[in-house]
Amino acid sequence: MDDPSLSGHPAEYYRLRLFVTGSTPRSTRAIENMRRICEENLQGRYDLEVIDVYQNPESTRDLQVIATPTLVKILPEPLRRIIGDLSNEDRVLAGLNIAPVAKSSRSPP
Amino acid sequence: MNSDNAPEERESHMLPKTPTGIGGLDDLTLGGLPSGRPTLLCGAAGCGKTLFAMTFLVNGASRFDEHGVFMSFEERAGDLADNVASLGYDVDGLIAAKKLAIDYVRIERSEIEESGDYDLEGLFVRLGHAIDTVGAKRVVLDTIEALFAGLTDTMLLRAELRRLFAWLKDKGVTAIITAERGDGQLTRYGIEEYVSDCVILLDNRVQEQVTTRRLRVIKYRGSAHGTNEYPFLIDDEGISVMPITSAGLGHHISQEPVPTGVPSLDAMLGLGGYYRGSSVLISGLAGTGKSTFGASFVDAACNRGEHSLYFAFEESPDQVVRNMRSVGIDLARHRQSGLLRFEAARPSLYGFEMHLARMNRDIENFKPSIIVVDPISAFRGPSSEIHATLVRLADICKTKGITALFSSLSGSGDQLDETERSVSSLMDTWITLRDLEANGERNRVLYLLKSRGMNHSKQLREYRLTNNGIEMIDAYIGPDGVLTGTARLAQEAREREAALERQQATERRRRELDRKRAMTERQIAELRAAIDAEEAEVATLIDQEQTRETTLNADRASMATSRGKRL
Repeated sequence: MDDPSLSGHPAEYYRLRLFVTGSTPRSTRAIENMRRICEENLQGRYDLEVIDVYQNPESTRDLQVIATPTLVKILPEPLRRIIGDLSNEDRVLAGLNIAPVAKSSRSPP
Repeated sequence: MNSDNAPEERESHMLPKTPTGIGGLDDLTLGGLPSGRPTLLCGAAGCGKTLFAMTFLVNGASRFDEHGVFMSFEERAGDLADNVASLGYDVDGLIAAKKLAIDYVRIERSEIEESGDYDLEGLFVRLGHAIDTVGAKRVVLDTIEALFAGLTDTMLLRAELRRLFAWLKDKGVTAIITAERGDGQLTRYGIEEYVSDCVILLDNRVQEQVTTRRLRVIKYRGSAHGTNEYPFLIDDEGISVMPITSAGLGHHISQEPVPTGVPSLDAMLGLGGYYRGSSVLISGLAGTGKSTFGASFVDAACNRGEHSLYFAFEESPDQVVRNMRSVGIDLARHRQSGLLRFEAARPSLYGFEMHLARMNRDIENFKPSIIVVDPISAFRGPSSEIHATLVRLADICKTKGITALFSSLSGSGDQLDETERSVSSLMDTWITLRDLEANGERNRVLYLLKSRGMNHSKQLREYRLTNNGIEMIDAYIGPDGVLTGTARLAQEAREREAALERQQATERRRRELDRKRAMTERQIAELRAAIDAEEAEVATLIDQEQTRETTLNADRASMATSRGKRL
């Protein structure tokens, strides 16, 4: 455990899409939450793309989006969707299959 | 924007409607589904909700120039297209022509994690995008309740669905929302609460191992509609619903006779045939030629250039054609010319309702002027149902002015069959075919049990199935009743002999008279001759007397002279 942040799945790279609806408070909140979670847990090994469904409605079809906001984890497999404003961080991490241990093991030192 | 339309609508009190193009449904809803509003289509699994909804869209795109969006929550777009291809719908072609869009919404519970609050704006955007892409006027959401299985927050879902239906109304699209039937309520999640303009329930019931699909319009806000359960069928020609609208007896009737195809029978009916649009029952034992009467009727109609539809429930069309050829009725040429169509099916293939719906559709499509149903006795089941089915079939035919000939196999004996008894009151003309067994042979006779509105013959008539069709033979009614077959022939021979004898006797009497007359005349001549002879004799005597008198006088005078002159 040289680098605690890489514990769990050290080699994996995260490709994430976050679907939001314009700049509603809920969308803004989701974007903020996601950016924070990514920075804290996946630093340097993620690609987060924020998509406004109003601007790009076709994209909802490709990734089967129905609720907004929706975070879609395209990589690593399997594909996962996390819906909501991502305010419950534990649920987000569980959905992304990132061990919450990463955070707790990092906090003590 | 709607302010222009609104006053008009109020004035005419007519709710604008969108035709579904489904035969019968548009009739019973008096025009179709409410335009610009959502309609709830509910029913248990396997009722045909998806096909119904797809038919609505395909008809819209191909017949009414209204493009559509199918949002499927259950089946993939490819599967959907394949499934309806069997109904003859070219979904892929419509998609390529940008007349139809299918959006498959996959909701996989295991893929979804919920974190914080959300809404279904994504779905709205997605649907809105699909609608705008093809310029849709019709939308199907099949089955939106799948959302409840995928998302846990039902409170939010309900709120969002309410918003969705309101949004669809704002969009002005005519929508069908399908839902599974739930326990004690129309839909499993009670969404009938939100979609309440029009609710249609589909049902698929099994009775005596036969399934019948039925449809009922539960609710249609702002419009009258048929309220019964109507059978509908799904087959390779799509969906058709069968509204039984002709409950009244107000159909127009005709005075025109339709020849039966058997000239002597026409004469027996006293009018030259059956009335056009009447129902005719031909009942009889096995082998009495019921089908032959049917075929003769068909043959005559086709020869007049009228369309005929033959529903065969016991024989295949080829078999009927072959059998009729043996009695000199060539149905094959009518089949080739397209005037005659056969529809053959085993009675047990569907329930009565389905048969009825099928027959109704065939009649609608082919527009025959006569139909033959051969035989109705092939239907097995509760007589009340058979009766109801036949009443409606007869009604359909009557309203369309179609002459319907039903054949029925009766049981042996004089007792009326259950089927016959139940349908007899429906029939305008009832011809009974019977076998008379006597002198070691069987002969066929027919009689008209009834024929409404005709001064028909009450005679029992013998008929034969010959190489030239049905031939009626003049009835021989002797002192011991009707004679048929060889008995009739023998009786006729006896009669001929007797006639000959009578003729000979008369001749004899005439000759005798002549002889007597000659004799009498001879006697008269003889008597006259005798009288003449006597007369001649008397005349001679008188002559002699006169001569003697004269001579005497002369002698007396000469004697007196001689005496006087001497003195």
